[in-house]
Amino acid sequence: MPVLLPTDSLFILMLLGLSGLLWRSLRREHLRRPWRQVASSRVAMISAVILLTYLLIALLDSIRIPAPASPKGGPNDAATFVGEPVTLLDLALDRLREGQEKTYSAPLAVYAHAREMTRRPDGREIWTYPRLRFGGGHLEHPETEHGRDLLRLAAGGLLMGLAAWLAGVTILILAARPWRAGRVERLGAVRRGDAAIPWRAVMLTALAICLLAGLMAGLSRGYHVLGTGKVGEDVLYQGLKSIRTGILIGTLTTVATLPLALGLGILAGYFRGWIDDVIQYFYTTLNSIPGVLLIAAAMLVMQSYMARHEAEIASLATRADFRLLALCLILGLTAWTGLCRLLRAETLKLREMEYIQAARALGVGRIMILWRHILPNLFHLVLISVALDFSSLVLAEAVLSYVNIGVDPATESWGNMINSARLEMAREPAVWWSLATAFAFMFALVLPANLFADAIRDAFDPRRAE
Amino acid sequence: MIDYLLRRLVHALPLLLGINILTFLLFFVVNTPDDMARMHLGQKHVTVEAIEKWKHERGYDQPLFWNGGAKGVEQVTRTIFYQKSLGLFLFRFGRSDAGRDIGADIAQRMWPSLAIAVPSLLAGLAVDISLALLLVFFRLTYLEFWGGALCVALMSVSSLFYIIGGQFLIGKLLRLTPISGYDDGLDAIRFVILPVAIAVVAGIGSGVRWYRTLFLEEVEKDYVRTARSKGLSEARVLFTHVLKNAMIPILTGVVVVLPLLFTGSLITESFFAIPGLGSYTIDAINQQDFAIVRSMVFLGSVLYILGLLLTDISYTLVDPRVRLS
Repeated sequence: MPVLLPTDSLFILMLLGLSGLLWRSLRREHLRRPWRQVASSRVAMISAVILLTYLLIALLDSIRIPAPASPKGGPNDAATFVGEPVTLLDLALDRLREGQEKTYSAPLAVYAHAREMTRRPDGREIWTYPRLRFGGGHLEHPETEHGRDLLRLAAGGLLMGLAAWLAGVTILILAARPWRAGRVERLGAVRRGDAAIPWRAVMLTALAICLLAGLMAGLSRGYHVLGTGKVGEDVLYQGLKSIRTGILIGTLTTVATLPLALGLGILAGYFRGWIDDVIQYFYTTLNSIPGVLLIAAAMLVMQSYMARHEAEIASLATRADFRLLALCLILGLTAWTGLCRLLRAETLKLREMEYIQAARALGVGRIMILWRHILPNLFHLVLISVALDFSSLVLAEAVLSYVNIGVDPATESWGNMINSARLEMAREPAVWWSLATAFAFMFALVLPANLFADAIRDAFDPRRAE
Repeated sequence: MIDYLLRRLVHALPLLLGINILTFLLFFVVNTPDDMARMHLGQKHVTVEAIEKWKHERGYDQPLFWNGGAKGVEQVTRTIFYQKSLGLFLFRFGRSDAGRDIGADIAQRMWPSLAIAVPSLLAGLAVDISLALLLVFFRLTYLEFWGGALCVALMSVSSLFYIIGGQFLIGKLLRLTPISGYDDGLDAIRFVILPVAIAVVAGIGSGVRWYRTLFLEEVEKDYVRTARSKGLSEARVLFTHVLKNAMIPILTGVVVVLPLLFTGSLITESFFAIPGLGSYTIDAINQQDFAIVRSMVFLGSVLYILGLLLTDISYTLVDPRVRLS
């Protein structure tokens, strides 16, 4: 029986809602046209594949089951002491989670990053780089075997990735039912890369992702692919776990903004008069306060609230989860004003359109007009702003965590990784892999998100549509 | 004009009052002075006397809005709202929870903030506008495509990476500038170069994209076609006609952030250990000094509203078509 934390259930609900909306809009011709434009763009489709991979990892990391009674769970891994439920992602990455080292070690290393006193078998103590417990622990003579072993594991992993990709492609091709008339020609067009939807680019992106995942999986059978952090935890595992935090902040925050922005924006625009004045005053006031400061103030207040209710949020996981949820809500409460202003202006314009006046003349009720005639016509604005906000929210998480007003320090997040990397870069020799990992994971999420958002804006913004 | 300004100032008053009440609610009602005291004195094993003493020393031991125990005017004046919140309107910031004079701190710390923020803004503007004009000049070529792609890539990197990477590369490996720190007078230049350079680089992605859209909008207008049909070269059209007309949105976009330059940048200042208002705020957040955070929230809001006002005025100055009424 899965255990759900509040953010987990909200995230899953949101994904369900999102797919519902997407399915609905694909069934209507006037909404299908812009989606078709998005789908025909090669950059957008490649970005979509990468974003979906991230979403999938976040989803896997949001389904929790009670911890199996594991005898291996040492006392040193704080986040998963006995009794805390583990996610599906944790189960899949069991090797990474269990393979703890003492402290820093470089990517794919066999020896630790820093020297320490070690006792040789013959009883002498020498000042040297000790062997790692997990990284290359299976090697007898690391000097001679290390390179060959790496190649062996990498090749095995790549083959595994290739096999997974081939299996996926075979299923897709079978699903396209090539025995039907004309389908073979269309598959040929996909292979040549001149199909209406750039399937070939999608497939190649999927291949790249499969190969990368296979390579990582293969190498991580014997090594820490991206090294280990301060208390010996695997950096690759940290980076993968951070995906959920980043995605959650990017998506749940916008979900938190929508009710306020939509409700108040439509009310102000449609009813005008004093309602408009009050709502405008409200959002102008909120908007005048510099965002970071408002977030900082709200987070300080939230921290003291948590301190008062310590008994109710006792466990580490619920604490971290509560703080993540609070951060999303606070970010949402400070971010809704921009969208609200846009929606108000659009509603002001829409309410004077002929079809609204016709509906009014025919005696359609106010609520029905708002629901059936105004709300659907604001859809494109909401979609564009959600898409554009996503990447800036992911970036904001890192900054906020650095200022200590972000997620809980116990939560794996890119912001926390960067935060600790500050001191690591000052070491001699520098520990660069934590920072590089956080950079790579963030960049690989934010860049496709930006590109995809651009494609969405170009397709849905009526001013840009040709 | 004077009439308009007065009216705008009167309009700003309810806004400021709203901000004042909002911060008051956040800091004193949702989160009572007792909670603040407990956070500072440690959560457990705090005696009631210790909390009362902490509150008394900082003047938090009065009623919130209405003092029933006092006489006459003092019923209103001897309250937290009057003493701690209304004073902000006259820029009386009071003392921080650690006992320092906030007003004096702000006056002293705003100069280092300005020393970083003003050069960053000017250099950023120059670089962004020239690059955006170049992209527009080479539009419909490969250069524009790859330039645009580079902008998106630059935009997708967190500002923290620019700072950490810049400090590591220029400060630690190449040893061109000190990694962090600050000095008074002309010696400050050594310390200012790196933060300014990083701020400019970090802003290129979004800045160039923004100015490029401004220029592209302008390029499609009729006067540009006229200028071209007169036989002017493309460079002449862009760098004199288009640039001059695009100056209006550019200027007003800059004016709105001018007052906020005082408060500095939170992240840059704390990374480079610059004793400005940004690092002041961050330290206050980390030490949970509510008095300073409250003052900075109010100051920031006042400056933002001032920026909006300045924007309106600057419209009339640069664009003769706009008249304020």
